Parts: sequence; structure tokens; C-alpha cells
Amino acid sequence: MNGYRHAAAAGAALGSLILLTGCELGPKTVSQVGYRGAGLNQINDPDSTAKASAIPAPPYAVPEDSGPLASESYQNVQVLGGVSAERFNHLMAAITQWVAPPAEGCNYCHNPNNLASDEKYTKIVARRMIQMTWNINTKYASHVKQTGVTCYTCHAGNAVPKNMWAMSDAPGTPTRIRGNKFGQNAPNPAVGYASLPYDPFAAYLGQKNDNIRVASKTVYPTAAQTASTKDAESTYGLMMHMSTALGVNCTYCHNSQSFSSWPLSRGQRATAWYGLRMVGETNAEYITSLQNVFPAYRKGPHGDVYKVNCTTCHQGLNKPLNGVSMLPDNPVLRAPPAMRAAALPGPADNAADPADAANATAPVGGTQPVGTE
Amino acid sequence: MALLSFERKYRVRGGTLIGGDLFDFWVGPFYVGFFGVTTAIFASLGTALIFYAAAIGPTWNPWLISIAPPDISYGLALAPLREGGFWQVITICAIGAFSSWALREVEICRKLGMGYHVPIAFAVAIFAYVSLVVVRPWLLGAWGFGFPYGIFTHLDWVSNTGYQYLHFHYNPAHMLAVSFFFTTTFALALHGGLILSAVNPDPKGPGNGEVKSPEYEDTFFRDTIGYSVGTLGIHRLGLFLALSAGFWSAICIIISGPLWSRGWPEWWTWWLNLPIWS
Repeated sequence: MNGYRHAAAAGAALGSLILLTGCELGPKTVSQVGYRGAGLNQINDPDSTAKASAIPAPPYAVPEDSGPLASESYQNVQVLGGVSAERFNHLMAAITQWVAPPAEGCNYCHNPNNLASDEKYTKIVARRMIQMTWNINTKYASHVKQTGVTCYTCHAGNAVPKNMWAMSDAPGTPTRIRGNKFGQNAPNPAVGYASLPYDPFAAYLGQKNDNIRVASKTVYPTAAQTASTKDAESTYGLMMHMSTALGVNCTYCHNSQSFSSWPLSRGQRATAWYGLRMVGETNAEYITSLQNVFPAYRKGPHGDVYKVNCTTCHQGLNKPLNGVSMLPDNPVLRAPPAMRAAALPGPADNAADPADAANATAPVGGTQPVGTE
Repeated sequence: MALLSFERKYRVRGGTLIGGDLFDFWVGPFYVGFFGVTTAIFASLGTALIFYAAAIGPTWNPWLISIAPPDISYGLALAPLREGGFWQVITICAIGAFSSWALREVEICRKLGMGYHVPIAFAVAIFAYVSLVVVRPWLLGAWGFGFPYGIFTHLDWVSNTGYQYLHFHYNPAHMLAVSFFFTTTFALALHGGLILSAVNPDPKGPGNGEVKSPEYEDTFFRDTIGYSVGTLGIHRLGLFLALSAGFWSAICIIISGPLWSRGWPEWWTWWLNLPIWS
């Protein structure tokens, strides 16, 4: 009997040790994001919290925006022509630092013998990406505020941003019942390793843009309310992605008493609402437009270009780069030269808000969502 | 309530833990004892404070009355009464009342020369409550992590706290607890059905309503699944299942936060990352 008890005790101790290896020990950082006692808290383990990329020092101080324009000094400057040549050069040096592999430098995008040449695809991509950056910084102050984004927000020193997506499940996936997972039941990091449908991006962040809101407005189904459990799981998958991307839990935006209720939600949910539209437009208008520019080895298994999602910028932080703005050192990226001339010195937040026109019941303003559902 | 003639022989002096003979008496059917007195004090004070806190709250709707713990910024300190202090004092009263009740059960067990199974079982329930309002808040460093005392608001707390881990059904201890809860009800249904079928069979049925011995009960399960846990064993099993349900419920919330801060589905990556196949 004693031997049996010893064996059981040893087994329990060993089992507990094995279980503890899966755990995060040590103190946590906590913050309250709602009324006391409502269970609206963020609890983070400092050891597993994402760290922001170190922001590189500017190549040199931002020069005065004076002197000849880039279009006057150089040939074939299609997008940055209205920028002074001094600042144009400063931006080129910064982009080299942010994006180009150190071994290649300028030559990653340019033919060193003819800098004006468009022969390298990377240069055409970079040109479109500058337009994209302008669009985000001018049209989506509702999401990026005055912090804005630069190339470094996503690239963080990589030629290709580390976090991106293309349509999942390469061709050749079984189409019959046996062996076909129907896009779910795999421990996929895109949905926080849950069994939820693991490609929420094509459904919500690409060209299709299915309706994310699945909560019923009425007790019984109506013709207008046909969302199924499967639809809800898709939405859940997207929300898992957003939580993971920002390093936050559901209560950072929602009160689970009613996920759909704007009055119960935090202002952060409205910011995210604009962010979803920003990502959708960025993918549809800017990145997919480069479908024929990217070489095959830069595309996903289905041949579509790699696109952005929340993680592309956020990288595990609720504010990319912990909220540090790189625009003061790189003013060219805040807005196109024509718009900057009109708006200076004020911030470029006067762009028309696409969301207001798109959805009359959508929240207005970044901090106080109004209306319901 | 009338005292049954045979009850007198069970009402024996002694067995008290505290107070000697001072509180060793009965009020009607109820044994009092030192812990009966402390139960009454804690329960009355706690209930009165609940009504007081409700009275200065915004509603008398019983569904919506809520007495919330302090803000997390108070940490493990005392808070002003209206900002969570009521919750703190009520929590002390609740733990005092529950513990007193368990110790009163111990005294009754001692009087009767019985085992302590019932107070130990009740202690597991108290442990589950203390896990929620003391152990986990203490590990996280603030009383504000306790759940609010309100019918709807405590449900909101459960839901929101679950969603802090993105998908709580992946919590391994929650899985165990849920399984034990289901197994407990399953075992109780089988046991209740079996006893009734042997002791209270249909008079018009095949046995003409004749009461059967436990051998019949054992034989039923031996014939059905090849094994009977036995008349004593089923009660050991039932107690184990029920206590396990409560125990793992307590564990599943203690580990949520203090030992894991991310989504519970992600916890299972330790399995995916085992060196056997990764």
C-alpha cells in the first residue's frame, strides 16, 4: 500500500511539473479597462509580451523643404515629383535603411547605372507603397491618428514585412469529405491556435468583405438576419487574429454582455472598425493592384499577392512601435505634396471620412461610439 | 418542532471544538454551538450590508442589484465603503459564515462519532468560492479581480473573464471540471435510477413490486457492463466526482491570469512543440 501511495504521489508531482512547463510564472502586469468588478481587464505576462522594433535613427537630420523639386532634379519621378530634391534624397536614404537588404542598398530597387529606370519590380512596388502610405495617413486618421505610418511600421528592417497573408490551402487540398478540413480544425496561429476557420483574411480583409457582425437584432431569425453559426465562427476567427495582432484580449474593445452593442464597447472598438476598412481598402486598392508586378516567388500558393492584416503593422502591440510617430523625421510621408501645401502646418486629419458615407449607423469619432449595432 | 422520542439519545453533550459547554445546546431542531453563533453573526451582518449597499445603489431590481469589488488601482488595500469596501466586508462575512458552518458540521460529526466527509465536502465548495474572491485576486495583486455580488453582473464577470483568454473552453482545468460536472450528474442519475428500480419497483411489473436486495443492484450492472462498483463504492465514486468538479473549477480560474495570460488555445502549443514531432 505504501509503495502504491509513493508511486501515486510521485506521479502527481511529476504531472504537476509537466503541466507547469506550459505556464507563465512570475508577476503579471494588469490594467482595468471597464467598470470595477465587470471582468474587463488586461492581464499580460511581461516575458511573453511583444517588444517593439527599435526605431532606427534617421540617416541625417530632415533638410529644409526648399530648393529645386525632385521632378526638376531627376528623371521619371512619378509620385514624389512635387517634393523638394533635398527631402526626396532624405526619404530615399531612409527607405534604404528601413526596407532594402543591407547587402543591396539602393540597388535593391534601382539599376545603379540608371536610377530612373523602372526595370526592377521593387521600384514599382515602392512607388505604389508611398501612395498607400499617403492614403493611410490622410484618409484614415480615424485609425492611425496623428501618429501615422511609415514604411518602417510594417517593414521593420525587412525587405518583405514579416506578417502578411495570402489565400490559404494550396491547390491540391482534398475536395472530398475525407481529409478535407473545410478550412478549420487546425491549430493555426492566424486564429490563435483555435479550431476556428483559419482564413478569416480572405473573407473580411480582401476583396469580398463579408459582414463581420453576426449578432441577431431580434429574438427569432428574420429574412435580414440569416447569419449562421458557421458565420459566427468565421467572425470569431477574425477576432482571434485581431486579439493576437494587438496583444490584447476581447475585453480591450468589447463587453461580452453584448459584443455588438456600441454603448457597451470601448472607443478602441471604433478605432478598430476604421482599421478594418483601412486594411480592406489597402489590400483592394493598393496591394492587389500590384498583382502583375510581383514575381511568382513573391506570391502565395494560390498565386495572389501577399496582403496586409492587423499583425502587419501592430506586431503584437496595441499601438505599432508603441505609439511612437516616425512622421516628424519623415514629413514627406505624411501626405502628398499638394495636400501638405494646402493643410500645412496643421495635421492631415481633414480628409473625408469614408466610413461616414459607407455606413450611417457607424460610429463617428474615435472615442465615443454612438448608435447601436 | 416536536422532538421525536428516539432523537434524545443522539443529543449528547461534548464534541465541541471551542466554547466547551457554553454553546452546547439546541434551539428547536438546530444544534447551536460556538460556530452556530458565529455563523449567525457573520450571516446577519453580511446580509444587512448587502441590503445597505443595495439601498445606496441605483436599483432595487433584484436582477440588477450589484455590489462590485474595488478598482484594481486599490490593489490589496482596503477601499472606501462605496467604492468596493462593502464588497470587501461582505466577502469577509461570507467566508466567516461559510467556515463557521463547516466547523459547526465538524462539531456535530464529533458528537455523533461520524467521519468528517460532509464538512470536508463543504470545504471544497468554500475553497472554490475563496479561489475566486481571495486566492486569484491575491495572486494578481488586487481585490478588483473578485467577482461582483449581483445576479446579472456576476454572469457578466464570468463571461468577460472567460473572454480575457479568448476561448475559455480550451482551458485544460475547465475541461476537467466540465467533464466532472457532467459525470457527476450522469452517475447520480444512474444511481438514483438503480436504487428506485430495486427498492420501489412497479407493483404490476414482473416482480410484483417485491423489494429487491442490493445483490440485485450489483447484478444489474454486472450483467450490463461486467462490473459493479458496489453499494459503498458508488458513494465514494459520487463524492469523488462531485468534489473533483468543484476542485477543478477552482483550479481553472486560479491558473487563468496568475499562470497564463494569453488565449487558452495557445496554451496547447506545448503539445504541438513537443520534441517528438516538432
